[in-house]
Amino acid sequence: MFSWLEKNPFFFAVFVFIFIAYAGIVEILPDFADRARPVEHKKPYTVLQLAGRNVYIADSCNACHSQLIRPFKSETDRYGMYSVSGEFAYDRPFLWGSKRTGPDLARIGNYRSVDWHENHMKDPVSVVPGSIMPAYKHMFNKNADIETAYAEALTVKKVFNVPYDIEGMPKLGSWEEAQAQVKAEAEAIISQMKDQDVKDAFARGEIRQIVALIAYLNSLK
Amino acid sequence: MQPSNALNYDYTVAKYFMFTTIIFGIVGMGIGTLIAFQLAYPDLNYLAGEYGTFSRLRPLHTNGVIYGFMLSGIFATWYYIGQRVLKVSMSESKFLMFIGKLHFWLYVLVIALAVITLFAGVSTSKEYAELEWPIDIIVVVVWVLWGVSIFGLIGIRREKTLYISLWYYIATFLGVAMLYLFNNMEVPTRLVTGMGSWIHSVSMYAGTNDALVQWWFGHNAVAFVFTVAIIAQIYYFLPKESGQPIFSYKLSLFSFWGLMFVYLWAGGHHLIYSTVPDWMQTMGSIFSIVLILPSWGSAINILLTMKGEWGQLRENPLIKFMVLASTFYMFSTLEGPILSIKSVNALAHFTDWIPGHVHDGTLGWVGFMTMAALYHMTPRIFKRELYSKSLMEAQFWIQTTGIVLYFASMWIAGITQGMMWRATDEYGNLAYSFIDTVTVLIPYYWIRAIGGLLYLIGFFMFAYNIMKSISSSKPIDREPVSASPMAA
Repeated sequence: MFSWLEKNPFFFAVFVFIFIAYAGIVEILPDFADRARPVEHKKPYTVLQLAGRNVYIADSCNACHSQLIRPFKSETDRYGMYSVSGEFAYDRPFLWGSKRTGPDLARIGNYRSVDWHENHMKDPVSVVPGSIMPAYKHMFNKNADIETAYAEALTVKKVFNVPYDIEGMPKLGSWEEAQAQVKAEAEAIISQMKDQDVKDAFARGEIRQIVALIAYLNSLK
Repeated sequence: MQPSNALNYDYTVAKYFMFTTIIFGIVGMGIGTLIAFQLAYPDLNYLAGEYGTFSRLRPLHTNGVIYGFMLSGIFATWYYIGQRVLKVSMSESKFLMFIGKLHFWLYVLVIALAVITLFAGVSTSKEYAELEWPIDIIVVVVWVLWGVSIFGLIGIRREKTLYISLWYYIATFLGVAMLYLFNNMEVPTRLVTGMGSWIHSVSMYAGTNDALVQWWFGHNAVAFVFTVAIIAQIYYFLPKESGQPIFSYKLSLFSFWGLMFVYLWAGGHHLIYSTVPDWMQTMGSIFSIVLILPSWGSAINILLTMKGEWGQLRENPLIKFMVLASTFYMFSTLEGPILSIKSVNALAHFTDWIPGHVHDGTLGWVGFMTMAALYHMTPRIFKRELYSKSLMEAQFWIQTTGIVLYFASMWIAGITQGMMWRATDEYGNLAYSFIDTVTVLIPYYWIRAIGGLLYLIGFFMFAYNIMKSISSSKPIDREPVSASPMAA
């Protein structure tokens, strides 16, 4: 049988493919519908938070920080309640990470302030002596891409029925409405920040990356 | 045509890929060494503004080494081995020659685009699948071209039976094709809404499902790039270089089909104690342990090929590279299952043990095998002796030392970190703050970085040796039967 396969490349390839593929079908498919269900009170990200999430991804924060609290006492003591599947239902992509060079961030919104984040991104050692994290000063000079974040929210609403614009959920609305809302959200954060450049930029109608990133980090609870 | 009238094999494409293997190897490993030093000495993060931080460079390192260095090596060896085991020359088919060249140039385009976009922070965040959708599409085209080249060459073959190496190349092609397609399913946001960035997309899967698909891909990309394709190489090059036949055909069969059948289950071991269902975590764990059988099957088969000929180890550094590679393969495929045991995983997950494990596999197994393959091919492609045997010997020992420093320091760092995270004082409170577990690792980060630097130095010696072999070594008029000729 095997020696026959070795003389018939087509069937050989078919057999190899079946041998490789079956595991994915058995392992992945059965769970799909179930695991996509959000926990109660879980809300999709607002546009500003999504823009911040994209900053988080662009700078590969997930290379050093996980967002998955495992069900051990040491982890729940340190980071908070362990993670459950439904919390991630609006996470596209998931950001669990695979290595903790820094601490887990899954519930960082519960215990860090805007002010702390601002200092941390500017100069990590100033708030955590001994930190080996690089400073991310460019986030204070570059604008967040709000338009792409809006496009992303609209995409998941259209394609995956993510519940924007329904009662109790974040409002997306038109591009103009979304911009106004982003501005209001950003203002609330900027009022707690010290950086004058970020404030001046906001006065000119620009929203810096750091503002969006803090909005996102604050939403992690 | 008699197979003995030496077919005129055409190595044009193999040569191209040999050069990119070396160039991307230097780039990928160079960045790797830099980011290793950044962890020990954070000021190195500011060499190039936002483009020089650890977080930006890390995906560049992984992509550079996996898709730049290793994949180039796989393609280079395919365009060499493929013709020889099928007894057909690329020059016999204008079409396949064209496909081969197109394959190469599009591949270079993909790598160039990958470097630019990753530097710019364009990323989907999925590990080893960071490239955004337009590049993904070109990747698929590159892969299809490689498939055309494989099956095209098989289609016009003179040798009826497919040699073992070909099984593995076919499996690499099919496995990666499936994994890559499914994991990179994403919806381009601009195409749906007409707004925002052209290159941005969202994943087709959310949360836990996304993680499941990602690690089904992430682990199995390791399988089909780091393992399967490298086995293809050693099954060809070790017998050729040593003049010994493969130890056992039955063992080859068992380990090939066993590997195919079991490997894809093991991805679940990345998700132990996560939010995927328990049965899946358990299956991931069990199958990872079962995986020892086919992995060691191949490794033992390869090592026993040297039975009675171990003396060659002393005379021929190429044999040394390959035997050490197989040993590291055994080592790594034992360590992996150990890390998949739930209680060990509870300690080791998220720690430096994981990069340690990855690197004893990649530096020891993949790196050594790829370099050995290029060393073996050089005299046969360029018809010249290898430039320096003593340089090879020196390289071997420098790199081996580098690997040992790397994994030993990362084991200690990982276990230290894991133990400190869970340590409690007499009242049951956490004994250490997180930063305590970071600063304590700095000495190990230095050792790791030095280990990496040694490996990189060895790689430069390799590159120099190959370059000199091509440019100024002694010509040979006849192809060597087994052991590669090398200057003393």
